[in-house]
Formats: sequence, C-alpha cells, structure tokens
Amino acid sequence: MTYLRPTFKHPDLPKNSLGYTFKDYEGGLSTLCAGCGHDSISAAIVEACFRQNIAPHKVAKLSGIGCSSKTPTYFLGNSHGFNSVHGRMPSVATGASLVNQDLMYFGVSGDGDSASIGMGQFVHAVRRNINMVYIVMNNGCYGLTKGQDSATADVGSKSKAGSVNIFQPIDFAGLALELGAGFVAQSFSGDKTQLIPLIEAAMNYKGFAFINVISPCVTFNNNVGSTKAYDYVRQHIDATGTIDFVPTHNEIVADYKEGTQTNIKMHDGSYLQFNKLDTDWNPLERDSSFAALQKARNSQEILTGLIYFEQNPTDLNTMLNTTNEKPLHQFSANELSPGSAKLAEVNDDFR
Amino acid sequence: MKPTDIKNPEYFHKVVDCQYACPSHTPVPQYIRLIAAERYSEAYMVNWESNVFPGVLGRTCDRPCEPACRRGRVEEKPVAICRLKRVAADNKDEVKQYMPAGPFAPNGKKIALIGGGPASLTVARDLSPLGYEIHLFDEHKKGGGMMRSQIPSFRLPEEVLDEEVGYILDMGVHTHFNKYVSSLKEIIEDGYNAIFVGTGAPRGRDLASLPGRQEGKSNIHIGIEWLASVAFEHIHKIGKKVIVLGGGNTAMDCCRTARRMGGEEVKVIVRSPFTEMKASPWEIEDAIHEDIPILENHVPKEFVIENGKLKGMLFDKVHAVYDEDGKRSLVPTAEPPVFVEADDVLVAIGQENSFPWIERDLGLEFDKWNMPVVDKTTHQSTVSHIFFGGDAAFGPKNIITSVAQGHAAAVSIDLFCSGEDVHVRPSPVTNLVSQKMGIHEWSYDNYISNDFRFVVPQADKSITLKNLKKEVELGFDVESAFKEAQRCLNCDVQTVFDFKRCIECDACMDICPTSCITFTTNGDESDLRTRLKAPSNNINQDLYVSEALPTTRVMVKDEDMCLHCGLCAERCPTAAWDMQKFSYITSKPGYSWQAV
Ligand SMILES: Cc1cc2nc3c(=O)[nH]c(=O)nc-3n(C[C@H](O)[C@H](O)[C@H](O)COP(=O)(O)OP(=O)(O)OC[C@H]3O[C@@H](n4cnc5c(N)ncnc54)[C@H](O)[C@@H]3O)c2cc1C
Ligand SMILES: Cc1ncc(C[n+]2csc(CCOP(=O)(O)OP(=O)(O)O)c2C)c(N)n1
Ligand code: SF4
Ligand code: SF4
Ligand code: SF4
Ligand SMILES: [Mg+2]
Repeated sequence: MTYLRPTFKHPDLPKNSLGYTFKDYEGGLSTLCAGCGHDSISAAIVEACFRQNIAPHKVAKLSGIGCSSKTPTYFLGNSHGFNSVHGRMPSVATGASLVNQDLMYFGVSGDGDSASIGMGQFVHAVRRNINMVYIVMNNGCYGLTKGQDSATADVGSKSKAGSVNIFQPIDFAGLALELGAGFVAQSFSGDKTQLIPLIEAAMNYKGFAFINVISPCVTFNNNVGSTKAYDYVRQHIDATGTIDFVPTHNEIVADYKEGTQTNIKMHDGSYLQFNKLDTDWNPLERDSSFAALQKARNSQEILTGLIYFEQNPTDLNTMLNTTNEKPLHQFSANELSPGSAKLAEVNDDFR
Repeated sequence: MKPTDIKNPEYFHKVVDCQYACPSHTPVPQYIRLIAAERYSEAYMVNWESNVFPGVLGRTCDRPCEPACRRGRVEEKPVAICRLKRVAADNKDEVKQYMPAGPFAPNGKKIALIGGGPASLTVARDLSPLGYEIHLFDEHKKGGGMMRSQIPSFRLPEEVLDEEVGYILDMGVHTHFNKYVSSLKEIIEDGYNAIFVGTGAPRGRDLASLPGRQEGKSNIHIGIEWLASVAFEHIHKIGKKVIVLGGGNTAMDCCRTARRMGGEEVKVIVRSPFTEMKASPWEIEDAIHEDIPILENHVPKEFVIENGKLKGMLFDKVHAVYDEDGKRSLVPTAEPPVFVEADDVLVAIGQENSFPWIERDLGLEFDKWNMPVVDKTTHQSTVSHIFFGGDAAFGPKNIITSVAQGHAAAVSIDLFCSGEDVHVRPSPVTNLVSQKMGIHEWSYDNYISNDFRFVVPQADKSITLKNLKKEVELGFDVESAFKEAQRCLNCDVQTVFDFKRCIECDACMDICPTSCITFTTNGDESDLRTRLKAPSNNINQDLYVSEALPTTRVMVKDEDMCLHCGLCAERCPTAAWDMQKFSYITSKPGYSWQAV
C-alpha cells in the first residue's frame, strides 16, 4: 500500500488568479476505501475552491464523525479545520460563524452524523440560517462502523448482508426546504460536471447552502438491491439540467431559448446559469420545488441539481444584527481581558 | 478516438520512452531494477543481449535514451541510464557462463565480415551460435574498430574493450587481423554465402585548400588519424600550444588527449556559436573542466607559417544570423582577423565514408554521394548476398546505432542463408504480466523517489592529466547507484485498463498525482486533448482511450506524465486498472536469449 503520494505534479497545470494550481487545494492521501464516493466529493470541493480563487487560509472545514467527516483531512490541507464530536458539527459552525465572519465555512457531514445522532443539531443549523456550505455525503449507511442502515436508507433497500430496510427514509432536501433553507441542492458523487458548479454556487451564497450528495459506500452499500449503489443511482438519477457558475466579472451572453435557461443573479453580482429540462418546475418557488421532490420520490427517481434557490438570502448574523462585529481573533489582549475594574462593573450589573 | 489497441506491441513499446529511443531497444527499466536489487550479472546480461557492449556503452554511449527519459519531463534531469549500465558491468560476477558457449555445430554456411567494429562484432555474436563459420577482417591488430582506435583510453579502458570483444571472438570467430581488404572482388571470389561490410567511416575531413596547409603539414594533423596513432602508440607527444578545430565529439577527444600528451595551452576553436556545438554536453563539460577554453564564432582563415614552421592560425570573427525558417548563416563581423598561436593543429571537423577498396563493376550500386545503395531495414545492398551496417551503411553515427544495425543485418543474413525472404521481419518477443502481489502490493517498487540526479565522481585532474590511460570517471559506487536506480519511474510497468470492470467512481482520476486520467465524452484526438484534466500538449505521447463506459463516456489517459506509481490501480475498487510489466525484445536471428 502506498501511503505517500508522489509530490510530482503535471508541470503545465493551470493557475488561478492567486497563482495556485488545484494541487494546492489538495489534502493528505485518503485512507478511505478505494472507490468511496466521498473521495470524489473531496475532489469536487478541491476543484471548486481552485476555480473560486479562494485563499486556503480563508476557509474553515468543520465536521463530525464518520468516513464522510474524515474527508476534511483529504482536501484543503492549508485551511483551518475542526473535527468535532459525532453530530455536533452544527454547534461548532454556529459558534464559528458568530465569532469570525471573514472565513468561509465548509460543514462536511454524513447521513449518520446529520440524520441520526446529529439530527437535532442539523435542523437548528438550518432554521438559524448559518452562513455556510453544508455538505452531506449520503451513503445510506454508517460506513465507518461497518455499514449499518442509516436513517436515509430507502424503504426496501437491501444491505450487503441481505436485510431489507423497513423504515421510512429521512429526506434531507425536503427537510431543509421545510425549515427554510435558502439554497437546497442534490447531487451525485459520480457526476462532477454537476457537483462542482453547485459547490461553487453554494460557496457564493450568503446564508445556509445545503447540498445532499448521494455518495456510494463501495464497501458496505454498493450491492445489488441497495438504492445508494453506483448502478442504482445512475439508473434512477434525474438531473435537472446542467448548471454553470458564472463569476461576477464574466458577462452573461444572453443567447438562449426563452424558457429553457434561467440566469440567477447572486448577491455579489455573479450568476448561476441554470438550464432547465423540466419546464413545469421552478427552483425559484419553494412550492414548486416541494412538488418536484415529491413527484420524484413517488416515481422512485433521484432529483439532482439546484432544487431551490431563495433570491433574497439572509443569515444568522443578519438576523441578529451582528454583521458588523469584528472577528474575535482581532480583539487585543486588553479588549479581551479588560481588567478587574471592568469585571467588578459587570458583576455590579447583576447585583 | 477509437479504443486503443493495446494488443499491438508497439503501443506499450512507445510508452517505455528510454527503450523506445534506444536504437537496439535495450530493456532499460528492467536492468535498472536488477541493479537496485544488486543483481548485477543479470542486469549485465539483459544489456548484453540487446547492446552487446554494456561495459563499453556504460562509459561511452551517446545515450539517445536519456533525452527521451520520462523523468526529464516530470523533473529536471533524466535518470543516469548510461552510467547505471556501467555499474552492472563493474559489479558483475563471471558472466560467460550465461552466454552461448561453443563449439557450435556447423551449419555449413560461411560469412565474411569486413571491418572489426561494433557492427561486425554484433553480426558475429548473433550468428556464431547458429553454426555459421565467421571470418572477420580488420586492418588493425585487434578487434573493436573505432572503439579501439578513436575512443581514448581515459574514457574507455582497454581491458573493458578487450573483455567484451573477447566474449564474441571466443565464440569461434576466425579473425584476420592486420589485414586490410583491398578488393571486395577477391572476397566475393572466396565463395562466402554472405558478406557484411562494417568498415565504418574512416576518412577525416581536411582543410586542404586553406593557405598554409601544405607548408605546415608536419604540424597539422587530421583528428581521427592522430587519435588512432595515439591509440596504437605511434605518437607520444604534441606541442605545448595546440589548436583543435571543430565542435564535435572528435574535437573533444582530441583536445583532452592533447592535454595528456604535453599540450599546456589547448584551445578548441569552432565556427558556430558555442550553444550550437555538435558535441554532447557532457563531453564539452569534461573538456572545460580540463581547462580547455572554447572559442566560438571563429572561422579558420589561414595557417600562419614562419620560416617554414607553423606559428599559429588566423581566424575571421563571425556572428550567427537566422532567417525566418531558423536557417543559420555566419556573417563576418567588422573586426580584424584574430591570430591564435599554435605549435600543432588538430583538424577535427568531421568524418566521411570512403570505399576505395570496392570495385565499381561488381553490380554494387553507389548513389550520387558515392554511398552504397542499402535498404534501410534489411541492410541488403544491390548485390543480394552483400550487406552493409554501422557507419559504412548510412554515414557516421555511434556505437549503439552500429550495434542495432548489426542485429538487423544478422537477421537478414540468417534469413538470406536459409533461403527466406529478408523483407519478412520476425516480430519482437513480447510479454505483459501483472505485477500484483497483494491488495495494494506490487512486485516492483512503486515508491517515487524525489532525489535529483546523482553525479558520477571523477578522479582528480592532477592525476588524470598526467596519465593517458587513467580513466577519468570513477563510476557510481553501489550506494549512489541504488539511489540513482530508484529515480527510474518503471515505465515498462504499464497501466492496463479493463473497461468492463470500471464503475466510473472517478477514484483513479482523483488520485493520479500528475492528472493523467480523465473520464469524458469521446472526440477526435485534437479535441480530446483540449478537454483533459491537465494540459495535453506533448503530441508525441499517445492518448490511451477505452471503449465506451456505461455512462457513454470514455477513459482517456495521457501517457505523457504518468509516473507508473500504481496509485490508480491501488485506488480502483474493481481492479479495472492493473499494473503489468511489458517486456519487448527485438528478435535476434534464429533464437532469442531471454536473459534470466
Ligand atoms: C574520436 C571519436 C570518438 C568517438 N566516440 C564515440 C563515443 O564516445 N560513443 C559512441 O557511441 N561513438 C563514438 N564514436 C563513433 C563510433 O566510434 C563509431 O560510430 C562506431 O565505432 C562505428 O562502428 P562500425 O562498426 O560501423 O565501424 P568502425 O568502428 O568504424 O570499425 C570499422 C573498422 O574497419 C576497419 N576497416 C575499414 N576499412 C577496412 C578494410 N578495407 N579492410 C579492413 N579493415 C577495414 C577500420 O580500420 C575499423 O577498425 C566516436 C568516433 C570518433 C571518431
Ligand atoms: C457519540 C458517538 N456515538 C457513536 C459513534 C460511532 N460512530 C462512528 S461513525 C458512526 C456513523 C457514521 O455514519 P455517517 O455519518 O453516515 O458516516 P459514513 O461513515 O457513512 O460516511 C457512528 C455511529 C461515535 N463515534 N460517537
Ligand atoms: S466504509 Fe464505505 S463510506 Fe467508509 S470509506 Fe469505505 S466505502 Fe467509504
Ligand atoms: S500510474 Fe496511474 S496514478 Fe500513477 S501517474 Fe500513472 S496514471 Fe497516474
Ligand atoms: S478507480 Fe477503477 S472503477 Fe473507479 S473510475 Fe477508475 S478505473 Fe473505474
Ligand atoms: Mg453514511
């Protein structure tokens, strides 16, 4: 087994505006199983960050526990990171986004981490609208603990051992919509063409941006009869069309057939170029998105793409009126510890 | 693009850059691994089968393999392939036991080899074990051709040459040394079944019409003639001030030899700019290291003679001007001619073929440049049983090319003597074997070393300049040899893709350190090259394209930067990728020694 990745890279790799190649956004060599969908998602995050010209030290990766939650070690090796306890990533994200609004937060979680032990945390992160990208690497099982069914396993989905799941699955996208998330997307680890622009758009979204990514567990849930296996997903996927992220400085060429393409303007002036295949569903309307999700579910299809997009986003700091707060790390020692006279003053307030 | 046909041995052959570039297709990575494993005798034999003179070539080869080496594309410098070959030769045990040993049962056929250089010796080696009666003629007292007469012993010790020429002659070759063949007709009349001409390119160019050439002739020497006289110990000294004219390897050997023969102020003077000198960079480096200045852009004007004695030379100064097509012309500068003092001048400005001993009424056609008409593949002349090879066939090249041509001619001679069509060439012997040892274990060392190229140590010039025979290069010791060997990327261990197994998880594409692999929709080659994960500008390297996968995409691998690290295969959950060792051995006549 090779534990060391060769340091050589292709000598002609393109550089982004900061002078970095995508290699500069990579992390350590993955220890996940060969072929794990999670590794593809890591690679998509690497590529999205490269394309977005983001300085690695301006990103913080937050995660819980699980194979999925291990991935932050394998991307953005030069960024900040916090590997929290199982299901507790949202609390850390909440705190972090309150004390430092200068960083871009990537929350990375699994279906076990977010839909079982961390369900309570997840729903509150959504309703509080934390300004972050929240990615669930959803494989329908607890990969790290040897593949037990998770709460997102579909009814009737068969495990590798042959047992059939009898419980209703939790639908992340539906839940996030229900709780008021402004950016809701679904994708598949095996479709980077769709996934990368979605991550780019999410990175540019001011508010809670949620992406549920179906990510096959090759070791425990890639068997015939599983609804999260590569083959099954490929056969049941219904892509809402290609999405392109158009950065601010690029002019949009208005050369498209009316009704087939929508350009969604982001708060910073960039655009999401959204090619709709399904004309009777509008991702700018929550009701329409709900209906589309429901319809896909009834026909056992997996709807992928940008499901819902709120054009007037808000986030926790906006709601709390704390957008002007300076990051905690910028406070001087004196400000953080103003002395015993100040302490006495504060204490007096409570007497 | 159409799916790549990996069943065609030429596809993977081309991926092994060094072996592909080697005229005799030596399996380079194979012997480098053997050196790393301290299996020097086997490494030697792998070489010997392909290139016949591992000890000689490990010191003197022109190394066309090194500019081709993949390592030079991913890093700064290629693997020191040539000098590793010497390590095998230096450290081997008794190897004769692995070579075909006579006496061989005679097959009743008699072959004449004219000239005793590497080309003829290769034919002798390839044909002797088949029972041919070989007669080798050379004007000198020993075999080796220019390897003996031209290459100075401070680069190639005589013992090394004697040993390797000996392996061949000991196979029962009938040698006729000190015998200059003055008539091809006579040889033909002796009734040989086939005749091989390997007489080299023995004539050195002169500056016959330059003023002063005649008057100064006792101190003006033709480079290759002078080197031969030194080699055969007819000459023992030269003047203190020496001019060497010419910028090729012969000039480098002349100037360095002159330094050892009493030359104190030896200068190399070239017409062209320094950067365009023909000599190999390492030979130029060695000359400069021995305090030999190189004067560029000096065109010889005349030999200056005073009182009937050579005093020096006059040169016109020029500079290079290039037209749109990059064609160079040397334009005189306005400066006055430059005088350079000299006691002796060595003219090393090129070599030519010359066949005064071949009668022109034998049916053997010559072209307008007075070169024999010879088939590029079969080496057959216009007389069906006469073959040419080495420098005699297509002009001066180098040892390894002569060896390769010797192999090809030997194949032809064997076919010809067996009554078969010489144009039907035997295919190479190839094999493709998985290197998998365990889930993530390979039978080759797939770790990629980050070491830069190691430098071969040299003896101090205070010693080497005093002794013509003292070898300058000391060779790698075994520790540096090991480290240098580890720089090899094992390009013969091929990435083999089975599209039926691929589940398109992208793992291989994501892990590949040099971004070789892309899954994308198919297109024609120029279109595909614009859509790969990394820029794909080296069109000399192939794209490996799979059959269509379930999503209708194809796997495209750009061979250019592949490190053969095996990570793609380690990451693949379904073993769609496998690392398989490809061996390719050009056919030798009648048999092939699969060296251990
Ligand atoms: C100064 C110098 C340095 C060189 N250094 C290198 C080097 O470092 N590396 C490298 O790869 N190459 C080098 N070369 C080139 C290399 O030596 C030749 O390309 C190679 O030896 C050619 O081999 P061959 O078998 O064709 O003939 P040769 O080696 O030229 O052998 C031909 C032999 O035939 C003999 N002969 C010719 N005519 C007759 C006749 N009528 N009867 C009998 N005998 C005859 C000649 O005397 C000679 O011995 C060098 C060449 C020169 C001149
Ligand atoms: C508090 C606590 N409870 C239970 C565990 C055991 N555990 C580790 S990972 C995991 C499930 C992870 O599943 P998921 O988030 O889907 O990640 P995956 O491995 O599938 O990517 C569990 C239950 C734990 N580490 N900590
Ligand atoms: S157990 Fe499953 S989820 Fe975990 S690394 Fe292996 S394939 Fe990925
Ligand atoms: S062996 Fe595979 S992973 Fe390694 S460089 Fe070549 S294609 Fe890439
Ligand atoms: S790792 Fe294997 S299965 Fe996955 S895409 Fe590559 S070849 Fe296909
Ligand atoms: Mg999971």
